[in-house]
Amino acid sequence: LLRCTGRVTAAFTRLYHGDKVATLGSQPDTNSPLFQENYERMQALVMELKERAEKIKFGGGEKARTLHTSRGKLLPRERIDRLLDPGSPFLELSQFAGYQLYGKEEVPAGGIITGIGRVSGFLCIYIARDAKEQVKIYYKLKEKEYISIRQLKDCFYILLMFPVDSGGANLPRQADVFPDRDHFGRIFYNQARLSSKGIAQIAVVMGSCTAGGAYVPAMADESIIVRKQGTIFLGGPPLVKAATGEEVSAEELGGADLHCRKSGVTDHYALDDNHALHLARKAVRSLNYRKKIEVTVEPPEDPLYSSDELYGIVGDNLKRTFDIREVIARIVDGSKFDEFKAFYGDTLVTGFSRIFGYPVGIIGNNGVLFSESAKKGTHFIELCCQRNIPLIFLQNITGFMVGREYEAGGIAKDGAKMVTAVACANVPKITVIIGGSYGAGNYGMCGRAYSPRFLYMWPNARISVMGGEQAATVLATITKDQKAREGKQFSAEEEAALKEPIIRRFEEEGSPYYSSARLWDDGIIDPADTRLVLGLSLSAAFNAPTERTTFGVFRM
Amino acid sequence: SPRRCSSLGRVRVEKILIANRGEIACRVMRTAKRMGLQSVAVYSDADRHAMHVAMADEAYHIGPAASQQSYLSMEKVIDVARKCGAQAIHPGYGFLSENTEFAELCKQEGIIFIGPPSSAIRDMGIKSTSKHIMSAAGVPIIEGYHGEDQSDERLLSEAARIGYPVMIKAVRGGGGKGMRIARTEADFRDQLESARREARKSFNDDVMLVEKFVENPRHVEVQVFGDQQGDAVYLFERDCSVQRRHQKIIEEAPGPGISPEVRRKLGEAAVRAAKAVSYVGAGTVEFIMDSQHNFYFMEMNTRLQVEHPVTEMITGTDLVEWQLRVAAGEALPLKQEEIALRGHSFEARIYAEDPDNDFLPGAGPLLHLSTPRADALTRIETGVRQGDEVSVHYDPMIAKLVVWGEDRSAALKKLRYCLRQYNVSSVDRALEHTCTLVGSQVFHVCKCGNAFTDSTPEVTGWIDGKPKICGESSQDTACCSCFALSTLIIQKCLIPGFVIPVADPHSPFASSSGNRVNILHTRNLTLLQGESKVEIAVTYNPDRTYSMEIGGQVFQVSGDVIREEDASYLRCSVNGVVSRPKLVFLGDTVHLFSMEGSAQVSAPVAKFLAGVGGSVVQAGAVAPMTGTIEKVLVKVGDRVRVGDPLVVMLAMKMEHTIRAPKEGVIKRVFFKEGATANRQAALVELEEDKEQEAGSEE
Repeated sequence: LLRCTGRVTAAFTRLYHGDKVATLGSQPDTNSPLFQENYERMQALVMELKERAEKIKFGGGEKARTLHTSRGKLLPRERIDRLLDPGSPFLELSQFAGYQLYGKEEVPAGGIITGIGRVSGFLCIYIARDAKEQVKIYYKLKEKEYISIRQLKDCFYILLMFPVDSGGANLPRQADVFPDRDHFGRIFYNQARLSSKGIAQIAVVMGSCTAGGAYVPAMADESIIVRKQGTIFLGGPPLVKAATGEEVSAEELGGADLHCRKSGVTDHYALDDNHALHLARKAVRSLNYRKKIEVTVEPPEDPLYSSDELYGIVGDNLKRTFDIREVIARIVDGSKFDEFKAFYGDTLVTGFSRIFGYPVGIIGNNGVLFSESAKKGTHFIELCCQRNIPLIFLQNITGFMVGREYEAGGIAKDGAKMVTAVACANVPKITVIIGGSYGAGNYGMCGRAYSPRFLYMWPNARISVMGGEQAATVLATITKDQKAREGKQFSAEEEAALKEPIIRRFEEEGSPYYSSARLWDDGIIDPADTRLVLGLSLSAAFNAPTERTTFGVFRM
Repeated sequence: SPRRCSSLGRVRVEKILIANRGEIACRVMRTAKRMGLQSVAVYSDADRHAMHVAMADEAYHIGPAASQQSYLSMEKVIDVARKCGAQAIHPGYGFLSENTEFAELCKQEGIIFIGPPSSAIRDMGIKSTSKHIMSAAGVPIIEGYHGEDQSDERLLSEAARIGYPVMIKAVRGGGGKGMRIARTEADFRDQLESARREARKSFNDDVMLVEKFVENPRHVEVQVFGDQQGDAVYLFERDCSVQRRHQKIIEEAPGPGISPEVRRKLGEAAVRAAKAVSYVGAGTVEFIMDSQHNFYFMEMNTRLQVEHPVTEMITGTDLVEWQLRVAAGEALPLKQEEIALRGHSFEARIYAEDPDNDFLPGAGPLLHLSTPRADALTRIETGVRQGDEVSVHYDPMIAKLVVWGEDRSAALKKLRYCLRQYNVSSVDRALEHTCTLVGSQVFHVCKCGNAFTDSTPEVTGWIDGKPKICGESSQDTACCSCFALSTLIIQKCLIPGFVIPVADPHSPFASSSGNRVNILHTRNLTLLQGESKVEIAVTYNPDRTYSMEIGGQVFQVSGDVIREEDASYLRCSVNGVVSRPKLVFLGDTVHLFSMEGSAQVSAPVAKFLAGVGGSVVQAGAVAPMTGTIEKVLVKVGDRVRVGDPLVVMLAMKMEHTIRAPKEGVIKRVFFKEGATANRQAALVELEEDKEQEAGSEE
């Protein structure tokens, strides 16, 4: 008889088909003109993305940077580097916030760098004002800060705030930032509510925190202040002078010595930026926080296929179709994918897989949504919620099928089922828009409104209520009908003139940069980085325990 | 005595006490073990955990660290011998090895002293006497004053008679201790006083002799061996190729460039000398030799020399075994005609010293120690292991490396190769220095020996202040990129979050890929190479390589750390050149050891971690090493100028004068005479000047 040594058992396991998982994907013909054209065009888009991102990285220009460093301060990105565990990844969010939003004035990364990174072994969300930018307080930028914090509601992060040079509300634009629910005041409301949930907050004051800004460090669990650099006061020296006539320097009014020795507003005294970051790391170490993962984890495996082949498979022409399975094969561990309901509702591909060892349920579009696809999607979402498996939506959707037959088939109620399931699912949801995202398809595939933890776009992606061409045709048809009723002619030239600006506008507003600038997504990513970004996002999502899902009414 | 038989019979020796420490104690024990003899060690407080204690079958504590109260205490050693029932005592070298009183005491106690009879030690130990005997035997001696009138005036006038430069030497001295050179009449008194002070400390005897100092002399020493039956043989000569501060660094056997004829003459003269004093056991007869190969008797060392292994290697003998057998009454194992010379052997001594700090002894823990693999042709004679402490109380020589080759150049090649594999942290610079010497062309072509002394620039200073790995500027930066790479890898391992597998073991956040969204991560590293800061901009490429920009040059770097046996190696590729240096990480310092040399860098300690107020005492007014305060020359309130002596320290049996680094008034003196000061401890506080204080605030 064979003795069951470890090696023998392993060999038997391999021979035992029960544990074998089918792999997905095929080797593309990289020499085909289609592949090459796709590849080149996607590569151009990625190059453009990286160039724009590099510009943001070196934002503010040489002059501003030199001024900043000459004061002995670290550049904001250098602060991140020194704060994070050396060489560990940083998942930057909303890199293109405010991109081309303010006309000629460029505001790299919206003047605020946010993201998730690892500090002393713990995942922290990082919010830092880019002090080298002469940033006025824009409403949108505040919103970015707000949105970052909002994400914390779902993820049990440690919050590290760098309220640098937050000069308080921009007085001429106060109406934009002060009164509404989601305005300025909401930050402090959120800070308090998050703290009550046990989310740690550490503030590092490296610039001046005036007025409302003063509450950020004052409300944090622990505050660190840099001497001769950080100041905190409710009213700055100009306000004090206006109110009482008292002349006082910023340092005397709210410097590190005052707050660490007299007022007790701050807790730790840092000699310089480096020291402050060192203290912040130490503060994180003392949190005694342990990440608990409630899912099974397996050792990660690289996909069988090269990720840059995605360029050649997908390309930039949204009218060309491709098999979503080829995309999945280049994202998931070992290209292994257990497909669910493979022969039913096949315009929607569903199945279980793993990314960086984490279990995921993947939902990807392979065409327009029919009733069957919507019902299959609903079933699959229910399974994932039941099993506590995060959902990954790979969005490339023109919408639900229209037409008499489909309306009669009840596509509205089947679509509603999927929308209900997506809306109610409490497992971490991550959406990647890899192509078009149009109409109700966006809802069913977990668009921004359905609160995915993270939503990313590929540079080729387009998002709008419908495609530009389609919208223009719809509008042209309506105009034509109207003119016909009025007995007027609608020439081909007139039609083209009507359609052209609409197409252009849809094209512009549907661009991922337009979306990213307005914080409709969490970032534009290189398709080749999708697996890594998803892995990082999953790791971040697992920072918080998942609430159980209770679904609403499914109309049968 | 019942234990000792008549000179005709033989004595049963089953247990020997080794009245020594360090490598020689271990060396003796190895042979004892091989011969089936039990070995007994003695140890002081400082050596409680030393290697020789661990190696011995039994070990006894004999007192505090100071050797006068432990290893030099005859009563204590004899007491232990009595207690444990040892039939013989091996004194090693140094300590009690050439102490006639001790030899006598052993005789009285009926314990065999493994060494010559006390009369021979006495005759040879007092150099004036030894010269008389040799003179009578017809061997030429060199000019000198060996008189009993020790007055300063007499010594001075004798020095004038001999002519400067002269050597002032303790009559009972040895090993460079109690020995000074006076080059002019002006510095004679200072040197005399200094030599006396050291001699008193080391030998409790300050009688001095003065003799002509010959610069670049060639010393040739002949190993002799005598037995109780009155026979004596020679085992050829040794040559000390490199000396520094009168300490031998590299020795070899046989002496290069000596004809068989001269070799035979030397040997026969040495045997005559041994027989003249009825010598028993291992001894060394030293000659001084001129360029015509005329030799003159210098002295006879009545002990087993430190460098005895080179003789063993070329004659295929074990001199410790010979010692034990002869002491037990056996006849010499080999007759003169049976002793053949084969090949060439080198020995390099490894000192715990800092060549960057004027070769001051560097005591402290040996955090990392790895040696070449020992075999029949490579011997590692060591008394320390990794983690051991090098005590300030004893000699800084901690180990020896001995190699054998078919001829001189083969042996030299092997020595150099093995030295490269001998890596000892905190001693690495000294090893590096030795290695540079061995590798130098001058040394290779030098056939006359003794060419390397303090007057040779290669010995006293670094050729360019840097080891070869960082020799040329382009290599220098390439070397930095290796360091940067190792720093990155080490940091990865050091950050607890990277090591402790949390509940999320495969999280991509735990990688050290430096991934950023859409941009490349560039990290600025600052490393310290000696005193100079090196700024390195490291860009993390997506393919897991790094682009490192150092001083305008960009290097493509990749690699990782591999572990083999007990050592870590950095497998790195810099601009396509692959190398595999050994990597040692200690504290804030990264050491790289390669065949090309060794180098180290450290991470600068952030100001906020360095502690506040640590800079009040300026560098220089601190103890250069751990040692005892011999003399305090200033008191509070004294005004001193730059270079004024402040304190005299005694460390590693050497005197060091600590001088004022700047002008000022003494504010505090931190140590009293006789106190022990740790390395880098502030000795005195000079009144701070106002500007300095303002500066330190920034």
